[in-house]
Amino acid sequence: MAKTIEEINEKIKQGKAVIATAEEIISIAKEKGSSCAAREVDVVTTGTFGPMCSSGAYFNLGHTKPRIKLGSGKVTLNDVPAYTGYAAADILIGANALPDDDLRNRVHPGEFNYGGGHVIEELVAGKDIHLIASAYGTDCYPRKSLDTLINIKDLNEAVLFNPRNAYQNYNVAVNASDKTIYTYMGILKPRLTNANYCSAGQLSPLLNDPYFKTIGIGTRIFLGGGVGYVAWNGTQHNPSVPRSDNGIPKRSGGTLAVIGDLKQMNNRWLRGISMLGYGATLAVGVGVPIPILDEEILGYTLASDADILAPVIDYSSTFPQREADVLAEVSYAELKSGNFKLNGKNVATASLSSYSRAVEIATTLKEWLQKGKFLLTQPVVPLPGVDAGIVSKVLNERS
Amino acid sequence: MKISHKLVLHFPPRIVEQPVINNLIRNYDLSFNILKASIIPNQEGYVVLELSGEQDKYDAGIQYITSAGVKIESLSRSVLRNSERCTHCGACVSVCPSRAFSIDTPTRLVNFDDTCCVACGLCIKACPPRAMEFHF
Repeated sequence: MAKTIEEINEKIKQGKAVIATAEEIISIAKEKGSSCAAREVDVVTTGTFGPMCSSGAYFNLGHTKPRIKLGSGKVTLNDVPAYTGYAAADILIGANALPDDDLRNRVHPGEFNYGGGHVIEELVAGKDIHLIASAYGTDCYPRKSLDTLINIKDLNEAVLFNPRNAYQNYNVAVNASDKTIYTYMGILKPRLTNANYCSAGQLSPLLNDPYFKTIGIGTRIFLGGGVGYVAWNGTQHNPSVPRSDNGIPKRSGGTLAVIGDLKQMNNRWLRGISMLGYGATLAVGVGVPIPILDEEILGYTLASDADILAPVIDYSSTFPQREADVLAEVSYAELKSGNFKLNGKNVATASLSSYSRAVEIATTLKEWLQKGKFLLTQPVVPLPGVDAGIVSKVLNERS
Repeated sequence: MKISHKLVLHFPPRIVEQPVINNLIRNYDLSFNILKASIIPNQEGYVVLELSGEQDKYDAGIQYITSAGVKIESLSRSVLRNSERCTHCGACVSVCPSRAFSIDTPTRLVNFDDTCCVACGLCIKACPPRAMEFHF
């Protein structure tokens, strides 16, 4: 018997909805059978907490007296440059932005101790941020410079808007070369000594709804410790990747663009991080509720780490050269065991995504739903699916 | 009873040029393994070492270097995890050569066993949220 989102919301309001995390639902369905579990459980909650480079925030600062046109001027926040291509008092900062005087990789591997992600974390934490700006001055915006502290509570709007978060699945990075490499997937020791992965596996939002049957534009989610929304499909969203028999993508697959009011978020779930030799970025917490409308939708949430495969990619050659070779496919159960066999060699694994934090997000979302604090939404438009015929494009240079 | 501890010895500038460790080893019959050191003439220096021997000789040796002006700290109080910054991702686990980090099952929280730590410092820069700190 199918349920509707309205019916589930009614139960949430009455405090009667049955909620399970994507980890708990696996054993519930094993015990009760999936048709019984599909009838009894109303929502499955998911979560992921890891580095998500395509993240950023925009702000409206309010107007100074006399006015200054920051648009097309220069603005730094704690020395990190912000984007000023919008109107007079609107600026945007990206998670990967670095101070102009950061050494970057001039002494390799660079440390990247502070960047846009750290500015967002400190702003969310309520710390004052040092803004320095210069502008060219106009008749209506005469002022040419500004040096002040700003605080999130004094901004008109502070909005987290991440063009690509919550990758459905992700590469497992290894290094087949003879020297250590420093990548966005962490430090990779030579000759396939270690492998780094970055997914919450069985708890990850889009792995629990592999065909986007319930998640779409407008879906209300947990974002950065507060409430956010799916704004669009994320950039590089690619539903056309190879899938296992259970329908789960074996490559990175779908992505989400997400948005939410930064003022109600929390720096536990937005954490500035530094990848040695690569750059600064932001770890973001995202959790998506999946309404269990029928047994088919429940079925997708039952995939466990052993059922989800990720591609092993050599980040010393294949990845930088944009070649397609996948060395092997490995399950998240193997990755979480601490090592797996590759070319007869034992490779030690480590994660860049925090599974314990993913559990905490799914559990928090569960509590919000149980307390009636959070209601489900009907997507306005579904995300592009397999039938959208999306082909991932590459940039071919031309003159 | 034989004991062994990992220590951080801080040498003030005035004794950096004295053979303190040499005296410690010869006069108190202790064995040592230097894990890390920074000694520069006329500046403060430090040595991270593992010191082992019989309990009574160890205690006497510690008394000697303390009276010589060396400040002693346990290594476990010198390499610290900032629990507020740690997100328990696990990136440190395969970087650490002495297996001081491990993942607990089933919570998947990262354990830091400072008794395994050799103060190499690899985790400091490998930790994405910069949660590992040296306090030398």
